[in-house]
This record gives sequence, structure tokens and C-alpha cells, in this order.
Amino acid sequence: MQIIREPKVYDVCIVGSGAGGGMAAKVLTEAGAEVALLEAGTMWDTEKDSMMFAWPYDSPRRGAATPEKPFGEFDGCIGGWDIDGEPYTNAPGTTFDWFRARMLGGRTNHWGRISLRFGPDDFKRRSIDGLGDDWPITYDDLKPYYDKLDQLVGIFGSMENLPNEPDGIFLPPPKPRCYELLVKQACDRLAITCIPSRLSILTRPFNGRHACHYCGQCGRGCQVHANFSSPSVLLPPALGTGRLRIISNAMAREVTTNENGLATGISYVNTQDKREYHVRARIVVLAASACESARLLLNSKSSRFPNGLANASDTVGRYLTDSTGLTVRGYVPKMANGVPHNEDGVGGMHLYMPWWLDNKKLDFPRGYHIELGAGGRRGVPSFGFMGNIERYNGVGGYGKTLKNDYRKFWGSVVSFSGRGEMVANDDSYCEIDPSVVDKYGIPVLRFHWKWSDYEIKQAKHMQDTFREIIQELGGAPLEAMPARDQHYGLLNGGRIIHEVGATRMGDDPKTSVLNKNCQAHEVKNLFVADGGPFVSNADKNVTWTILALAMRTSEYIAQERSRLSI
Amino acid sequence: MKPISRRKALQLFSSVPVTAAAIVWTSSETEAAQVQAQAARRQAAERGSPFKPKFFTTHEYATVTVLADLIIPRDERSGSASDAGVPEFMDFMMIDQPVRQTGMRGGLAFIDHICDARFDKPFIECTDDERKQVLDDLAYTGKVDSAFAHGAAFFSSFRDLTASGFWTSKMGIEDLQYLGNRPVAEWKGCPSEALEHLGVKYEGE
Repeated sequence: MQIIREPKVYDVCIVGSGAGGGMAAKVLTEAGAEVALLEAGTMWDTEKDSMMFAWPYDSPRRGAATPEKPFGEFDGCIGGWDIDGEPYTNAPGTTFDWFRARMLGGRTNHWGRISLRFGPDDFKRRSIDGLGDDWPITYDDLKPYYDKLDQLVGIFGSMENLPNEPDGIFLPPPKPRCYELLVKQACDRLAITCIPSRLSILTRPFNGRHACHYCGQCGRGCQVHANFSSPSVLLPPALGTGRLRIISNAMAREVTTNENGLATGISYVNTQDKREYHVRARIVVLAASACESARLLLNSKSSRFPNGLANASDTVGRYLTDSTGLTVRGYVPKMANGVPHNEDGVGGMHLYMPWWLDNKKLDFPRGYHIELGAGGRRGVPSFGFMGNIERYNGVGGYGKTLKNDYRKFWGSVVSFSGRGEMVANDDSYCEIDPSVVDKYGIPVLRFHWKWSDYEIKQAKHMQDTFREIIQELGGAPLEAMPARDQHYGLLNGGRIIHEVGATRMGDDPKTSVLNKNCQAHEVKNLFVADGGPFVSNADKNVTWTILALAMRTSEYIAQERSRLSI
Repeated sequence: MKPISRRKALQLFSSVPVTAAAIVWTSSETEAAQVQAQAARRQAAERGSPFKPKFFTTHEYATVTVLADLIIPRDERSGSASDAGVPEFMDFMMIDQPVRQTGMRGGLAFIDHICDARFDKPFIECTDDERKQVLDDLAYTGKVDSAFAHGAAFFSSFRDLTASGFWTSKMGIEDLQYLGNRPVAEWKGCPSEALEHLGVKYEGE
């Protein structure tokens, strides 16, 4: 069938409407560019579609997961690790679980809003410990954008002056919940830093958006836009310029190029009518997620770019990392028979533990932070409520005694989740599978994954630490520590959904895909604005850095465009 | 192709506040929003007619009802599992998550098999004492004879599903004295009784 070509030539075509794509759309439309924004999924309007305030009994499945909502039917994100008709493969003996969102705003619809700046050390790890690579930019290069981001989006936190945990421009943090104070007491005794969390949730009215009303359901999508998502914060001002066109249900197939080796636009499949379309643009910005953007480049082959677009270095798909992650839960007798009160608070922890140790004194090179789980607060019950009660009361049982046990033990379990830095390695990458295509006929990714000793030793340290905190609380872990051959409970790669790299930046075109402005070394009108450009991960969540970097990249594009140099 | 027009896209976002004026979120406004959201869902739920199971046979459904009520019986604080609609919930989940079907059907059959062998009648025809004899063999972790291991595994997952159904019902949530899922104009932290229970206090208070 004939490809349907639009006559209009946009200034910029952006692929992806999440954190990076939303930011690019905002900055570029406000700079005067006519922008086409492609989104593979559907339109979604938080104000109408969010399940905020729904009770579990409003649905017959009581909040259980569905195929397109793996975090539960009330979750604000359509997508998952398995999407019907959109497979990916794993090389034999390796496992990587790839989460993809398919909706306007992407994963920003349900992320944890944990908004941590990377610190000065996080941009120069190789200089510090000889592993991985340094970024071509420093914290000081990115700091002005983090500052602008804080002032644009809104984030709460506290000034702490900690090394490598830069403070931001913060709204006041919410008071801790009572069980969080108990955890802080224990951490203080163990000399583990425990401070107010840093979440992009508004504790005060901000830039015309409402303050939080403390229902604790950020993950469902906020009907009043009191937290950050791309459609709540970035897309409205972009649409307000009159220069943004959002094309939903558009699955990008490839970046098209001309005889001069410049990008000319994006060809995509309309997922509804299954026909192929072409959007023309003077500049292309990929923000489809680290691995989707790599897939697009690898699938954009031509006689001039036989190895995929912008891939002469053969590094597209390489240097892929995810955060390490595991959780330990413990029963704390003191927290049983809790006093009923509304503990919902914001949609997430009010306190957390940034990395507090010196890796030079440890047997693994990179750190992790600790997230305080929801178990200790009595949040709205949902499907799976207190499953495996035998782990709480020791026996299981039935009848009136059991019924009382549910009441007694509800809210008496604390959980600690480690989120650590993985060092990029040669065995963890994605490439095009040689034979498998998705339902649109687009070749799919094949993943290779390996945790090195660095991550496994770090996981052991997490296990020991979390068990020590639980003991300090007077509690007992719910499960025994998994063995070394189970990587001490380290989750599969991809499970923490912090995958970055795959189109990394660097000064040397032989070892990197993008330059320090996130511009392809080989194609000057092609940029990447998602997690792909990251040279290394960090012991911090990645979204705030994706946003700051996308803002910097987009301002660079606007500036070069006005100089007519792109 | 029908890409969304800018006009339509703008409509989607039309109620997003884009002015710089500070907006204070009053509790009456949040309550109004909550009431509106709840009403639509309640109406949908009320349209239902008397329940007919889609997955369970009549015999299975009767077994499920008895079993769920033995796990979570009525007491002075709230009703039983079946009072809270747990059997209906389970029937829905069997259709919604078909991977559960064989385990559920086989588990119920396993319990009937124990009762047939021991009392020469199915579970639902057993007396209260006979039913409790069977459950006592299955329900207590660490005290299960290996002959009943499969029945115990089934019972554990059935107990979990019963708990999911009961404690997510309106009755269950009220029983738990859950006080959230409502707008709060200002977050003031936890009340003093809750702090005292854990032996903690706020800095400077």
C-alpha cells in the first residue's frame, strides 16, 4: 500500500510524549517551532480517565492487575512488560524485562515522582574509580537546567548539604508519617542518613496548579495536576502556543534520511488503520525511551547507513543499564494494632535514605539509595491484601482468630527497596533480533543481560542493611535472604524501569552515538532526548535528569535553529 | 488517518489551569470532585440483577460460599465473607484471570475427595464439626500432614482470595477503620495517639 505523505514540513518531529518528548515539545514550541509529536499509544486525559478516589469495590476485580495494567487496574499507566503483538526477545541464558508505556505522557503517568538530581560525582565515575566512562558534561553544565526544572515543575524536599546529593529549589516537604519516624529513629542509631524525600508533588499551589490533597494515589494519575506528568505540566503550555500537533496511535518505524545524510522525518504505522504514514521535519528528536530510540536507529538502515542510523561507532544499543533493585520486608510487632488515622499523605514515601557510605571502603564500586515502602502505612486496601497471612501470624488458620489477625497485623510490615547503580558492561545491550517482527512488521529488539559481581555484591549489602534496620526496629524479616546463586534477590534487569544508555553521548564519535548536546555525531539534525544519552546510571532515579537533559538539548536546538546552523 | 486536531487536543486540556494565579484547593471543592466520581461508579454497580455464577457450578458455588465463611465468619464487628460478596468476587476473578481456574476447580474437588473418603459425603453436606476437622488438617502452616499438602496449598491461596475479596469490600474497609481515600486540605502529620503508640514524636514538638 502507498505511504501516505503529508505535504507539511514541520520544524521538528518528536517521537514520544513522555518526560523527554514532553519537555522537547514545550521548549521548542515556545521557541517558535512548529512541532509534530508522535505517540505510539492512545490519548489519555487525567481529569476524565484517572481512577483517583475510586474504591476497590467500585470494580469487580478490586484493583487487580490486567494485561495492560500490570500495576493494577487503577494505575495511571497503560503498558507493561508484555504488550500484545509487540514482542521482544532475550538472548539465550539472559533475561531483561522491558517495560513500555503506550499512552500520551508515557511512563510519567504513574512514575514514583522521586525526583533526584544526579550529583557532581555521577558525571565522572571513571575519573573516580576507573570503571565505565565519564560524561562529556559536568554537574555544573546541567545545574542551571535542574534549577529551571525545579521552578517549572515543582518539587518538595529539604536543604541538606550532603555530598553528591545536590539540593534543589524546594517546596516544603510533608511531615513524616508516624512509622516513618520510627524508621528514622532506627536509621539514626545505625548512622544511616534518613531525610525528607524529594518528590515532584506540590505541597503548595504552584504555577497555576493545585496543591496536593494527600490521597496518596499519584500512581493513578492526578485529576488536579498536583504532581508531575508530561500531560499535566509540559504539554498544555506547548499546545497553548498553537504550534504543537499531537499524533497519537503512531508507531514509529524509521527515521527517514536524504542523499545528504540528513534526517527528513519519521515514517510510522497508524496502529488503528495499520497504514503507513510519513511526517516530514527539518529536525528529528527521538524521545521514545532509551531502547525504543535505539531500536528506531538500528531499524533505519540505508546504503549510506548500513549499520543503522548514526551507528558507525557500533554503539547504538550498548551501555544499557537499569537500576539494581530488591526489596526486604519485615514484621515489626510495635506497629501491630495501630491507631486508626488517615496515613495516605502524598503518593509515596515522605522520608528516604540517600547513599550514605564511601565505596572506597566497600567491596563494590557504586552506591544505592533506600526507598521506604508503603507497607507500614495503612493505605486503601486492594487486591492481594495481606496475602500469605501465615507469614505474619506464623500459622495461617481460619475463623474468628484469623479475622482478628488481619486487623492486628494490617500496617505492621515495613519494606525497604534498594535502588542502586549498575556499572555498564559489555554483556548488557540490545540489538535487532535477526528474525522476529512485531504485528506492524517492525523488527524487534533482542536483549542481552548480565549482572556483574559489582551489582551482586551491592545486592548482598542491601540485604544485610535492610535486615539490620528491621532488627533495629525490633522486627523480623518476612523472608529468608535469597542465596548468592539467586543474586541475593536482585530483580531482573528492566524491572526497576530505569533503563538508560543505548545511545550514549561522548566526545569521541568512535565510542559514542551523540555529542555533548545529544546531537548525533553523524547526523546533525538528529537528537535524542530520553534516557538514551546517559553515559552512566546513578544511585538515583533517572527522570529528573532525563527532564533536565531534554531541556538543555531542546534549548540548544532552538538556539542553533535561530542561527540556521542545523 | 485521523490524527487528533489541535483544536481537539486543546479541548482535552482546556480545563488545565495555565494562569499564574495561585489556586487554593478548598476541601469543599475536593469533596465535590470525589462525590461526582463516586456517583458514576455506584450507578454502574447498582444496575446489576441477581447473581448467577459464570464460572462455578451450583455445587462449587455452594462449596465456595461455605468455605469462605469458615475463613472469615461474621463476628461482633462485621459480617461474613459471603455477606461482603466474596463468592461473587471469586467467580468474577476466575473469568478475569483464567490462569486461576484449574487450581480452583481442582482444589475444591480435592476437598470434596477428602470429605468423601472420610465421611462419605461432599464438603457442603458435612456437619460443622466435620468441616472443621478437614480445615484443621489444611489451614495451619507447619502442621500439615504430607498427605494433605495439595489441599493445604489450595487452602492457602483460597484464604488469600477470600481476604482480598472481604477486606476490599465496603464492609471490610469499614471494619478496618481505614480513614483515607479522601481529600485533605492540609497534611498535618499523624495524631498524637498514633505517635505515642510507636513512641515517636515530631522534631520540636
